[in-house]
Amino acid sequence: MDFELSDEQNMLKDSVERFVKDNYSPEARAKLADTELGFSKDHWKKMAELGWLGLPFSEEVGGFGGTAVETAIMMENMGSGLVLEPFLSTVVMGGGLVAEAGSQSQIEAIIPEVIEGNMMLAFAYAEPQSRFDLNDVETRAAKSGDGYVLNGHKSVVYHAATADKIIVSARTRGGSRDEDGISLFIVDNDTSGLSRRDYRTIDGQRASDIKLEDVKVGSDALLGQEGKGLPVMRSVVDRTIAALCAEAVGAMRTANNITNEYIKERKQFGTPIGKFQVLQHRMVDMYMEAEQSKSMSDMLAMKLELDDEGERRKAVSAAKAQIGQASKFIGEQSIQLHGGMGMTDEYSIGHYFKRLTTIEMLFGNTDYHFKQYAALAS
Amino acid sequence: MDLSFSKEDLAFRDEVREFLATSLPADVKDRCDRGLHPTKEGQIRWQKILNEKGWMAPNWPKEYGGTGWTITQKYIAAHEFGHAAAPIALPFGVSMVGPVIYTFGNQEQKDKYLPRILNSDDWWCQGYSEPGSGSDLASLQTRAVRDGDHYVVNGQKIWTSFAQNADMIFCLVRTDSNAKQQEGISFLLIDMKTPGITVKPIIGLDKEHSLNEVFFDDVRVPVENRIGEENKGWTYAKFLLGNERTGIARVARSKRQVERLREIASLERSGGRSLAEDQDFINKLTRIEVDLMSLEYTELRYLSMIANGKELTAEPSLLKIKGTEIQQRLTSLLVESLGMYGAPYEAERAYAGRNEAPVGPDYAHGPMAEHLYLRAATIYGGSNEIQRNIVSKMVLGL
Ligand SMILES: Cc1cc2nc3c(=O)[nH]c(=O)nc-3n(C[C@H](O)[C@H](O)[C@H](O)COP(=O)(O)OP(=O)(O)OC[C@H]3O[C@@H](n4cnc5c(N)ncnc54)[C@H](O)[C@@H]3O)c2cc1C
Repeated sequence: MDFELSDEQNMLKDSVERFVKDNYSPEARAKLADTELGFSKDHWKKMAELGWLGLPFSEEVGGFGGTAVETAIMMENMGSGLVLEPFLSTVVMGGGLVAEAGSQSQIEAIIPEVIEGNMMLAFAYAEPQSRFDLNDVETRAAKSGDGYVLNGHKSVVYHAATADKIIVSARTRGGSRDEDGISLFIVDNDTSGLSRRDYRTIDGQRASDIKLEDVKVGSDALLGQEGKGLPVMRSVVDRTIAALCAEAVGAMRTANNITNEYIKERKQFGTPIGKFQVLQHRMVDMYMEAEQSKSMSDMLAMKLELDDEGERRKAVSAAKAQIGQASKFIGEQSIQLHGGMGMTDEYSIGHYFKRLTTIEMLFGNTDYHFKQYAALAS
Repeated sequence: MDLSFSKEDLAFRDEVREFLATSLPADVKDRCDRGLHPTKEGQIRWQKILNEKGWMAPNWPKEYGGTGWTITQKYIAAHEFGHAAAPIALPFGVSMVGPVIYTFGNQEQKDKYLPRILNSDDWWCQGYSEPGSGSDLASLQTRAVRDGDHYVVNGQKIWTSFAQNADMIFCLVRTDSNAKQQEGISFLLIDMKTPGITVKPIIGLDKEHSLNEVFFDDVRVPVENRIGEENKGWTYAKFLLGNERTGIARVARSKRQVERLREIASLERSGGRSLAEDQDFINKLTRIEVDLMSLEYTELRYLSMIANGKELTAEPSLLKIKGTEIQQRLTSLLVESLGMYGAPYEAERAYAGRNEAPVGPDYAHGPMAEHLYLRAATIYGGSNEIQRNIVSKMVLGL
């Protein structure tokens, strides 16, 4: 058993840390979040040059053969700076789905382009009625000639506006909550019949609602086997949750550091407020939550590589539940300990609070994962 | 001890209901129900309707324009207002400075300001906090130096809510730097149009503009604008804070939030069923409801004590702590009930001019804005840590 990083992993960590330090001062991040795009194409290029966009892919598909541990290292350190580039949407989710289920020609057409930083992806799985259930799919894909026609509404698709291709879950057979009968399609963003409503999210990122109205795609758009999309989605969403958990760990650690420094500096009643015992204990609780979350995130990154699906999914739900609770607690308390200063847009702590709030919700909130865990454990 | 309503009380309830059903403007109601900040115009329009009905200041003595309601009637009115999503009057004039003026002000001040508060002719803001003086309010540094018939005020206030709309600010200023902190403070009423005052916006983490910095640069304030005696301002300030803490529990609004949660949950789905049937959701909401009921009856018990001439010490601190914690749990659960539609968020001014409905179901517009803003509920009005300090010292003698 070993939780230590290898030399190579340490180098990766240092390099992400340096990138965040150079590019993600709170002021720079605020500016970037406010641009039309919401992130920087230059940063994206840089990430490609550093090899980060190819790291999670296996060598067979042209990647650098990293594991979930390397992804977690990157995400944790990006979380520290609240990095805005769509690494999760393009590499972990979109790229992950193609690498896992794609045909040889789909892999060849997409993965090298992703690795080079030339192509961006998004994953449209949620629908207005689905909440967090991946199997709740009402979008339909009907066979037509030698292709499909898609109709439906996908909600809150992160980074859809900047994606070249959007991977859409749609039902090719069965009832709206059946596990079987869900298929995945790779749809070009500019396909006729696909319309987007783009908007900002509270965490400073971008998302869209997508309407599919008689969207025609060829049979080569089908990703994986027809009707067998759910296991692929589950496996990639598990990886996504592990990445999000790592991101949250980085965000929590930094939020705690910022708060810790603040209560040492801020004086009231002639003394630093960090001298008041009630704040000391609160800060200790925040620290402990972050520590426990780091352990769960590391555990999950290592267990993701295991073959036992039951074990893996229990680890996913346990980690997400712990990290969801911790994110809420640390986010809220770091505002509280800042007093009025925590309530301003200009000061950075509120942005950590907001990203942690969305992480708690994405891919299933705390209650959802407690339920999942209970079902898996019984 | 008696909890029942008399026939007169029930008739009064019907009267309030009827009034709200016919007089509350739909746009004002909609913003209030969603938990959005009122617009200046809408709030004033509504307060003028309230004043015409004679209901602007339920807590004022009758001689100054109060309603003369019994505590039962006040309770009924608050409950009906909450249920109908009718905004209560902004606190700064009617709940904060008004009572200070009629309790400690002179006749001229009463004659001049009280009718204008009732008729919403002046929008007031509260100039207490400073960059270096938040929880430790008595350390405030803004100085007022006597120069003939005027004070010359220099310094800075911060977190001044809605100062951008204000005609008047009530300020704590230091008039004696040599005395003990609490003994060198005076309470001034200052016209926001006086030369030397600058208001600078602070954008909140909700991306909205409710907070401000207010700078005073050689601002000349007539001595007649001082409340009570020079250097006795702390007494008046504390009196005001005591009032602030009672209103801050906002029980009626929280009861409306419980109703909203039920409405939303019946329209949302979770695990293929109605969210209203989700056991986790039911548990959370039920816990909040029972806590809210405990708070409600605690508040009523305290009000009854006051009505019977008993003195309270730090009991209002309890109402503030419990009330704000419940408000935050409610907005948290509201956001949670939206599922993924909790994430889309834009400041209101980003929508202005775009003529586009917000994303997601209609009820998704509001909860996140309120959730973000109400993180402040445990900070403002004396933070909850400070309130606990007060209870431990004044009630428990620790
Ligand atoms: C949305 C909003 C609206 C506001 N509106 C107004 C307004 O209109 N007018 C106005 O004058 N002010 C207003 N305020 C200011 C508000 O009253 C102050 O923010 C509050 O008094 C806390 O002061 P501070 O922000 O300086 O925080 P600090 O006093 O620096 O407190 C920071 C943290 O330290 C804790 N702390 C401080 N002292 C102690 C102690 N002795 N023991 C334990 N913990 C302690 C606090 O509880 C808090 O968690 C508003 C604030 C907000 C956020």
